[in-house]
Amino acid sequence: MSTYLSNNWDTILTALRQHIWLALLPVVIGFVIALPIGYLGVRFPWLYHPLVNTAGVLYSIPSLALFVFLPVLLGTKILSPLNIVVALTIYTVALLSRTVADGLRSVDDIIVQSATAMGYRRLRRLTDVELPVALPVILAGLRVATVSNISLVSVGALIGVGGLGQLFTRGFQLFYLEPIIVGIVLSVALAGLADLAIVLLQRLVTPWTRFQGSAA
Amino acid sequence: MNLSYLFDAAHWSLSTDGSIPQLILSHLWYVVLALIIGTVIALPVGLYIGHTGRGSFLAINAGNAGRSLPTLGLLMLMVTLLGLGLTPVLIALTVLVIPPILTSAYAGMRTLDRRVVDAARGMGMRPSQVLLRVELPMALPVMMSGFRSAALQVVATATVAAAVGLNGLGRLLIDGLAVNDYSRVLAGAIVVAVLAVVLDLILALAQRWIVSPGLSGRFR
Repeated sequence: MSTYLSNNWDTILTALRQHIWLALLPVVIGFVIALPIGYLGVRFPWLYHPLVNTAGVLYSIPSLALFVFLPVLLGTKILSPLNIVVALTIYTVALLSRTVADGLRSVDDIIVQSATAMGYRRLRRLTDVELPVALPVILAGLRVATVSNISLVSVGALIGVGGLGQLFTRGFQLFYLEPIIVGIVLSVALAGLADLAIVLLQRLVTPWTRFQGSAA
Repeated sequence: MNLSYLFDAAHWSLSTDGSIPQLILSHLWYVVLALIIGTVIALPVGLYIGHTGRGSFLAINAGNAGRSLPTLGLLMLMVTLLGLGLTPVLIALTVLVIPPILTSAYAGMRTLDRRVVDAARGMGMRPSQVLLRVELPMALPVMMSGFRSAALQVVATATVAAAVGLNGLGRLLIDGLAVNDYSRVLAGAIVVAVLAVVLDLILALAQRWIVSPGLSGRFR
């Protein structure tokens, strides 16, 4: 194991760097797209069920199919990392637009009414009251999206761009355990770190959730 | 890009090797086996943890741990260790379905109204009766939603079985890509997505049928 690590250090680091990019960029883009979509699902209640159903169907498309298929649809090269980014962004939007809608719906009507009574207009009420109160639900969805993106990137290795997934295919082709184990360990560790980072962020931005138990 | 592969009758005859119906059957075979093995392992553990409250930490974190494990890596690890065949694929897919089933069984048992359990005990039910006649039926809706998300995931993920030489609908994706036949790839993607939606619909109907009307409120 140690000889494998020392001989392939550069390859591993390059794969890891690519993995981080390919997994996290879609989370950011997807989150930005999902916020308005989720809001529309709450603002216009008749949109909610079509939204949930579309998200469900998008989520059931196998990642491998999407990775292979996007180049045809977008005109990109099959080896372009853009395919992976777009595919994972689609999954992230599917997952998060529902979470955003559910989070906003979970905001107690009494809170919305008191904010309105205090003179909040619709947009200010959304950004200053409803979104912060919905944050625990939204961030829980963000954790799921981030962790599943990190593990999905490796499937891209089957079409040649997959960050740590390339260590899996190399090990599989050469019948060689070390790269596969290193890839799995790094991928799981990366997911754990990203998850932890969001949990810490949540503690930081929603301090009131920690006092609920003692205040009630 | 076109639908010619999907709508070519020659690809739909049941007797031809590698035809779409045959691939659907082998795909479903992996899915059903993984779901059965996963349920047999995860359901009792989840119910036990939910019933006793012991080991909650395990049940809560199983979901996240399972999601973070790259299925392709696990699959290739298992094939490298055990050689080609159905067993390594089933191990990888089973590991995928265990977390949602375990977590939802636990959540179903935890979120049900404890007063109902107390009432059942007060009526003189034995612990096994409380579990089988009260807790389990009441936890069913939450458990079914976990089972459905496990089924959706495994239908989509079973396509990677083709990457290690097995059948299933992944064949259309991998072989189509290998010979640049995008019509075949498109056929594979569509059939898998339709299969997932149909399976979810069947499970939704099953849920209506097995969840007590007193809980779903559809006779009120």
